[in-house]
Amino acid sequence: MARPKVIIAKLGLDGHDRGAKVIARALAEAGFEVVYTGIRQTPSQVVETAIQEDAKLIGVSILSGSHMELVGELLRIMRERGLNIPVLVGGIIPPEDREALLKMGVAGVYGPGTPLREIIEVVKRLVGDGGK
Amino acid sequence: MSDSERIKEKYDEWVREFLTPILRKLPDWRKFETSFGLTIKHLYTPLDVTGDYLEKLGFPGEYPFTRGIYPTMYRSRLWTFREYSGFGSPEDTNKRYKFLISQGQTGLSVAFDLPTQLGLDPDHELAYPEVGKVGVSIPEVVSMSILFDGIDVGKITTSFTINATAAEILSMYTVVAESRGVDKSVLDGTIQNDILKEFIARNLYIYPPLHSMRYAVDIIAYVARNMPKWHPISISGYHFREAGATSVQEVAFTLADAIEYTNWVINRWKMNVDEFAPGLSFFFAATTNLFEEVAKFRAARRLYARIMRERFNARKPESMRMKFHVQTSGAALTAQQPEVNIIRTTIQALAAVLGGAQSLHVNAFDEALALPTEKSVKLALRVQQVIAYESGVIDSIDPLGGSYYIEWLTDRIEEEVMKILDYIDKLGGMTRAVEVGYPQRAIAESAYRYQKMVEEGLIPIVGVNIFREEEELKIELHKVDPASRERSIKRVREVRENRDREAWERALNELRRAAENEEVNIYQYIYNAVKAKATIGEVSGVLREVWGEFKPPTIF
Repeated sequence: MARPKVIIAKLGLDGHDRGAKVIARALAEAGFEVVYTGIRQTPSQVVETAIQEDAKLIGVSILSGSHMELVGELLRIMRERGLNIPVLVGGIIPPEDREALLKMGVAGVYGPGTPLREIIEVVKRLVGDGGK
Repeated sequence: MSDSERIKEKYDEWVREFLTPILRKLPDWRKFETSFGLTIKHLYTPLDVTGDYLEKLGFPGEYPFTRGIYPTMYRSRLWTFREYSGFGSPEDTNKRYKFLISQGQTGLSVAFDLPTQLGLDPDHELAYPEVGKVGVSIPEVVSMSILFDGIDVGKITTSFTINATAAEILSMYTVVAESRGVDKSVLDGTIQNDILKEFIARNLYIYPPLHSMRYAVDIIAYVARNMPKWHPISISGYHFREAGATSVQEVAFTLADAIEYTNWVINRWKMNVDEFAPGLSFFFAATTNLFEEVAKFRAARRLYARIMRERFNARKPESMRMKFHVQTSGAALTAQQPEVNIIRTTIQALAAVLGGAQSLHVNAFDEALALPTEKSVKLALRVQQVIAYESGVIDSIDPLGGSYYIEWLTDRIEEEVMKILDYIDKLGGMTRAVEVGYPQRAIAESAYRYQKMVEEGLIPIVGVNIFREEEELKIELHKVDPASRERSIKRVREVRENRDREAWERALNELRRAAENEEVNIYQYIYNAVKAKATIGEVSGVLREVWGEFKPPTIF
């Protein structure tokens, strides 16, 4: 069975990529094929990458407070391009925004202190276990 | 029998008779080690402290400054209480600054939004979602004037966290000061201007490394010659630590950066080290591990003094004094049970003060969730004030100096840092090390190792992996006024409309020619453009055209 491919992306101008990198690495070790886009990605760049890579899931990390607009834009472009895969959001997300993001259609929101194993479990549930 | 022989004999006996038998019944409940993986013994004694007191510690205000850079330290003058803050439009932030000053803050520290830090005007497509979010939007000189409205720039010291657009921001501040009759030569404060650490950890760079270095070094040379009280760079380890570095990596990469900048200024501008080194300043993190942090600051200070004297032949004591600002660790704060963060930041701030910091920012307890509110930032300031006025830790200088454990730890950190510095020398210096991705990879490695240790419970964190509770968050979080973005955009458009077009065009053309000519100092041209009301997007736009933009490799 092919390993499911997931995209980890830093959306927007925020350069704090510790969390994104740690998660990328943990998912790779858990058996997923991980494409880390690097920093400063626009929503349309992330969607393009996901389509080209035939990714099964997008994880975005935002610590700059611009998550509502950027994730909204990401979901809009995904619909426009007919890309229907789960999106997970990580970063500094206040509780009410978390609810709003879930309503907008993201599959999960994970703040600081979330255990890696919890994220790995969620990704496995959403896209399969990567053959491991 | 000598003293140390007698102690050794007694120590061995203690281990044999008491420690070993007890450990069989009552073993350590976890592994005890430093953040850089060194095993910590049960006890330290004079046997662990080697070397000559005068050579290694000396006296405060004297080489190698291990015990502090000034002879009287906090008894003559407390550190600067400098809470980092900025959000929304300059009007919003100005109000916060006045509030902080009214509460006893003694210096300002400006947080800029990401567009300002990346040289994008607020109406730029990429900037739009981020205007005023993590800092204040200052795209041109009129906004800078509003930011300091009613604040005496000739008296207060201000620190600007700005790197890729440091010259634009310093120019704006200078122009504002001059318009109020304050000469640049009396301005006191700091611009971060540490582009190397942006490439390594913080990621807010614009131009490729070599052009970026020219930009940073030209500011250092200009300021050294024209603004004697200003610190043209704050060489920063904070962001390495926040990105996951150990205490040793934090100090090593910071000192390697200091060496790189010093080499560059000497080679590019043929300056003597004593002409500019007194202006260099530093910035570190303080995590909750009190003793390791104190030892870290002491080791960094001693190493820096040695590097400046032995490697660069500095002669002035000011060139060897490591002046540093400390911020408590944002990454050490938890979103779980956020009030507990007040306890963490108190210990962290204590580490900074026991470590001899010149300036301090204490994080607000809600920063793992949002920017601080007026209430939470006031509480953070109060932490500093309680330490300064009530705790008694300032009563004598370097009160932990001479602790067997602290001195042992200081020596170990120094040794480990030296190993990394030697390795970076072998690679050919820090610019080269960054190009091959060495520090980036080392930090990513440490971050991952730390996270795994937290998950395995090897590093206990209250509320996260021990004493967890199901909780509903009931604290009030800060919100940025959505109207502030429109204010910033409206203003930048007005500035563009109403300036002297001819002067503006001439200044940008001259800037372009200066950027193409590596022989000239770029700073004066940026200053002229800013004075002619060129916006941050226009100035860095010209430099982007000439120098290009850096596209990084992705390492995880």
